Amino acid sequence: MSDQATLSDNDAGMITRVEELGYELKISQVMTTNVVTFSPDMTMLEALNLIQHHRISGAPVTMNGEVVGIVSTEDLIRALRDGRIDRKVSDYMSKNLITAKATDKVVEALRIFAKKNVGRLPILDENNKLVGLLTKGDITNGLLDALQRDYQAEEVKRYRASHLFEDIESDRTSLILRYRIIKDDFLHGGAASNHIKRALLRLGADRQVARRCGIAVYEAEMNLIIHTNNGGFLRVEIEPHKITMEAYDDGPGIDDVEKALTPGFSTASEEVRNKGFGAGMGLVNIRACVDEMTIKTSKESGTNLYMTIYLDKPKN
Amino acid sequence: MKVTEVIAISKGTLLTPDVNLDREIQGGFSGDLMSDVLASVQAEAVLITGLCNPQVVRTALIADVRLIIFARGKKPGEDILNLAIDENLPIAASPLGLYEISGRLTQAGLPSYEMEMNLFPKD
Ligand SMILES: Nc1ncnc2c1ncn2[C@@H]1O[C@H](COP(=O)(O)OP(=O)(O)O)[C@@H](O)[C@H]1O
Ligand SMILES: [Mg+2]
Repeated sequence: MSDQATLSDNDAGMITRVEELGYELKISQVMTTNVVTFSPDMTMLEALNLIQHHRISGAPVTMNGEVVGIVSTEDLIRALRDGRIDRKVSDYMSKNLITAKATDKVVEALRIFAKKNVGRLPILDENNKLVGLLTKGDITNGLLDALQRDYQAEEVKRYRASHLFEDIESDRTSLILRYRIIKDDFLHGGAASNHIKRALLRLGADRQVARRCGIAVYEAEMNLIIHTNNGGFLRVEIEPHKITMEAYDDGPGIDDVEKALTPGFSTASEEVRNKGFGAGMGLVNIRACVDEMTIKTSKESGTNLYMTIYLDKPKN
Repeated sequence: MKVTEVIAISKGTLLTPDVNLDREIQGGFSGDLMSDVLASVQAEAVLITGLCNPQVVRTALIADVRLIIFARGKKPGEDILNLAIDENLPIAASPLGLYEISGRLTQAGLPSYEMEMNLFPKD
């Protein structure tokens, strides 16, 4: 394929999904039921009238529910050209029958359409009785319907992603994650935050929410590692409609919170800066990612940083 | 742009042979300060950095980065590579500097995935 390079991930996904659907869907799910049929004793003129009346281009010929032939517009043209439109259907119908089973998968029908020169396939049940008729158009419509259903299911999933624990009923559902963060432990810096982010994704949070939580809690984690006397704790509570994150330590407290919130302000040492931290953007980043941020701090009892993200009001 | 293409243009060497290289890189970000990365990189970018420690990998994971290139000949240690391999995040090293790599990638059509930062925020 020459235009393969310009195929986007999304298109590629759709194509494979269509292929998959071909293997998933049964012919019975896409075929036309209520089939117009001819009897072998009818005249070709009667068949022509039925074709015009129902706006179809052909129909199977049945006897006691079993298919004995098929008549297409081509057969009618032959009869007209011969001047024998009053002859019986059985004289002009095509008896070279190609059929498929209702329980077969749609790909089976696609293979037949690709190999044989037929426009419609009579569909039979396990007793070889006619139960439907299948054209390429039926397949296209069936696949489009199925894709549409997929899309709606995806929408439902997306809706659910903004409401964790959707199926669990209780007066108050929540999951609490706790991590001890050790002072100066740069080696593991960010590990807890990555665990938290992963947990959220597993619970079905959408990527944006997981990313915002991850960034906020990562900055808080690094502050515990860098700026505290003895490290501290991260506590994350996940509820159906909100995520509350808390970072707390026992000192030394923040002297001037106003200043600490100024972009670029940092008391980090040269050594810490060489590790890529101390840009003075941590608290600023946190504030940008969460819906609510509160800092309680004192020299005596240390610093408590509270961060909340609400799941049902997306922040951009 | 493909991961392998980004690495080739950056004159880089892939250091994580077994990780998945199929994910598309949508844009680029370069910088050495992890808070800057978190503040302004958009998801699905390549991170080009002169900093070389495990936090780079953790930061990248938080920020949904899809490839890290360590610039200017910095060679990440085993600990960094193992962390990345566990997380299926490809890593490359390049002898070129941040400016050179960013320039080459931009010229090859990979857009900047750095969000503009407001110099004078109102609130
Ligand atoms: N838990 C904490 N305890 C004491 N001081 C803190 C704490 N968190 C932040 N700070 C102070 O606030 C400043 C700004 O923090 P932040 O915005 O994260 O930037 P950075 O960590 O890069 O310095 C820090 O430099 C430090 O002085
Ligand atoms: Mg900080």
